[in-house]
Amino acid sequence: MHESAFLLGQVFNGFSVASLFILAALGLALSFGLMRVINMAHGEMLMLGGYLAYMTLQIVPGPLGILVAMPVAFLGAGLLGGILEWAVIHRLSARPLDTLLATWGVSLVLQQAARNLFGAIGVEVTAPRWLNHTVSVHSGYFKGLDLPDTRIFILIVAAFVLGGIALLINKTRLGLYVRAVNQDRATAAAMGVNARLIDLAVFALGTGVAGLAGVILALLGPVTPTVGQNYIVPAFLVVILGGLGSLVGTTIASLMIGLFTALIEIFVDVSVAQVLLLVFVILFIQIRPQGVITVRTRALEG
Amino acid sequence: MIGNRTGLLAALLAATMLSSATPAFADGTVKVGVLQSLSGTMAISEVPLEDAELLAIDQINAAGGVLGKQIVPVEEDGASDPSTFAQKATKLIEEDKVVTVFGGWTSSSRKAMLPVFQRFHNLLWYPVQFEGNECSPNIMYSGAQPNQQALPALTWAEEKGYKSYFLLGSDYVYPRTANLILKKHIAHDGMTLAGEEYVPLGGTDFSSIIAEIQQSKPDIIINTLNGDSNVSFFKQMAAAGLTPDKLPVMSFSIAEPEAKAMGPSLLAGSYTSWNYFQSLPGPTNAAFVAAYKAKFGANSVVDDPMVHGYEDVMIWADAVKKAKSFNPTKVRDAAVSLGFVDSPLGEVKFADNQSMVQTGYIGQLQPDGQFKIIWQSPGPIEPQPYDPLTFPGKSCKLH
Repeated sequence: MHESAFLLGQVFNGFSVASLFILAALGLALSFGLMRVINMAHGEMLMLGGYLAYMTLQIVPGPLGILVAMPVAFLGAGLLGGILEWAVIHRLSARPLDTLLATWGVSLVLQQAARNLFGAIGVEVTAPRWLNHTVSVHSGYFKGLDLPDTRIFILIVAAFVLGGIALLINKTRLGLYVRAVNQDRATAAAMGVNARLIDLAVFALGTGVAGLAGVILALLGPVTPTVGQNYIVPAFLVVILGGLGSLVGTTIASLMIGLFTALIEIFVDVSVAQVLLLVFVILFIQIRPQGVITVRTRALEG
Repeated sequence: MIGNRTGLLAALLAATMLSSATPAFADGTVKVGVLQSLSGTMAISEVPLEDAELLAIDQINAAGGVLGKQIVPVEEDGASDPSTFAQKATKLIEEDKVVTVFGGWTSSSRKAMLPVFQRFHNLLWYPVQFEGNECSPNIMYSGAQPNQQALPALTWAEEKGYKSYFLLGSDYVYPRTANLILKKHIAHDGMTLAGEEYVPLGGTDFSSIIAEIQQSKPDIIINTLNGDSNVSFFKQMAAAGLTPDKLPVMSFSIAEPEAKAMGPSLLAGSYTSWNYFQSLPGPTNAAFVAAYKAKFGANSVVDDPMVHGYEDVMIWADAVKKAKSFNPTKVRDAAVSLGFVDSPLGEVKFADNQSMVQTGYIGQLQPDGQFKIIWQSPGPIEPQPYDPLTFPGKSCKLH
């Protein structure tokens, strides 16, 4: 393989990793940004998405099963997220540490539920055959470059999800309310915005996106009761690096982390790359504690 | 002993189903500890291992126990945490007064328990393949030493004509040590090392590593990844068009349950090296598999560490009978002088270094989730805790 093809391949891998981080972190960024809720059960929403994909594929096998699984997982995880918000989170809204503890408890309950229902060792979700190809360059400067279809598919899904949420937040009435509540909850409420309902909607949306992300992650990773734990730390890293609650920040932070790891792994092994990534994030936060993008909001002052 | 266990197993199977193992007499009992992770990340592997250990205890009790006493297992949860293992081992020995303990999986759990067993002069039966480089009179090591799993895999690969090796593992003591030994032998045998990479435990992204594999073009990958990382690795290899039929992978941590969980379709054609496969021929193994399935369901599968856990209990009972005592020191002396016994693994015995003499097998995963045995070592392999090429001059002499 040509050196330039290898380098371009790593840049592509960086974007691919970033797309996974965007999908995993987007829901967290939404609920964290609006409600200051640190949802420790976010990883379990990803896990739920994986299991919903598994169940969907049992009912709808064949090549298009995965396309059916995505909306199913979005709705399923969104519904559970809505119930969670209504039953637990909004009752603890002024107590962030209690929310942390409560959602952590919920994550343990969900992990155990998955273990009891499906067994401890995970279930099989494989990518459909139409994704098991690669786009290969056979001649020219980038000869030998192989881009897996699965990763291209994930990039496209991430772009669509990101675009969809950006449209929702910036172009719809619901989005206007969300921005209003985000900027100043009390004033928005005084203007007649039902902040309570907006919280519920955004939390359900965030967990729904996590469910959809779970389907995507199942194409490249395992589906086990504890799979969410693998992604929750990188997801928090993205949210903090990106600036609390900013979609643009989340995207930029995902790209920074994805490209940083992919390019540094040319020189060092994965374990060292992880260490360097964390050092990089620590330094970045020292210099710019508010993250990549600063969101002007009164919520941070309260 | 040889040959009569098969019939015994069949009889016991019937007996265990008829009556529960509750002893009728309270003082005619002896306590043993069973210490595995029933919670946490390792529970996935250790719960079935504990089931196999308890099955052996049930079978021995149904046949009348040992020295006229029924065995009472005291179960504790190591919770996938080394310090919990040490604490529970202390509790089992000090409070429950167990005569021996069966347990442990990760090397860190074993290393944490070792000082406890040395301090109380008790005996731990450790059933999992490991990196060697340890030699304690208070542990019976039945799982493979590196020269019984890793090196037979290399021998097989060299016989097959593979010249270039890529080593990939999770970043902890077992893969690092196993690969250290493999690298010495790869260099010694005149083969080439195409690359060596580690990912943190639980790592999910292999894009960069797969790029490096594509660039270095090895003949075979030797994979010491642990747990879920394997699923990510094989899925991402498949996505990159590198299925096991195009680039062979030899794995040391994938057995029947992992293959079943990951999906045989993803892994079919890949290789693994163990001292036991469920598909091993022979009546003793058939009886063991039947007994396990009768108790835990027709769909359950058994694997190498489970059978080692089961066999540890069986050999402990044999050693107690030979020593006519439950005293750990007398039992370990008897255990290494038992000679070969017939077991689901074939003919095995404990050597003077308290590790097991056993045959190495290479299996290839079939679409049904079982392994087809394609190679075996010429005979049972003497265990070597210290690889002579890697740790010259060190030896393990315990008896």
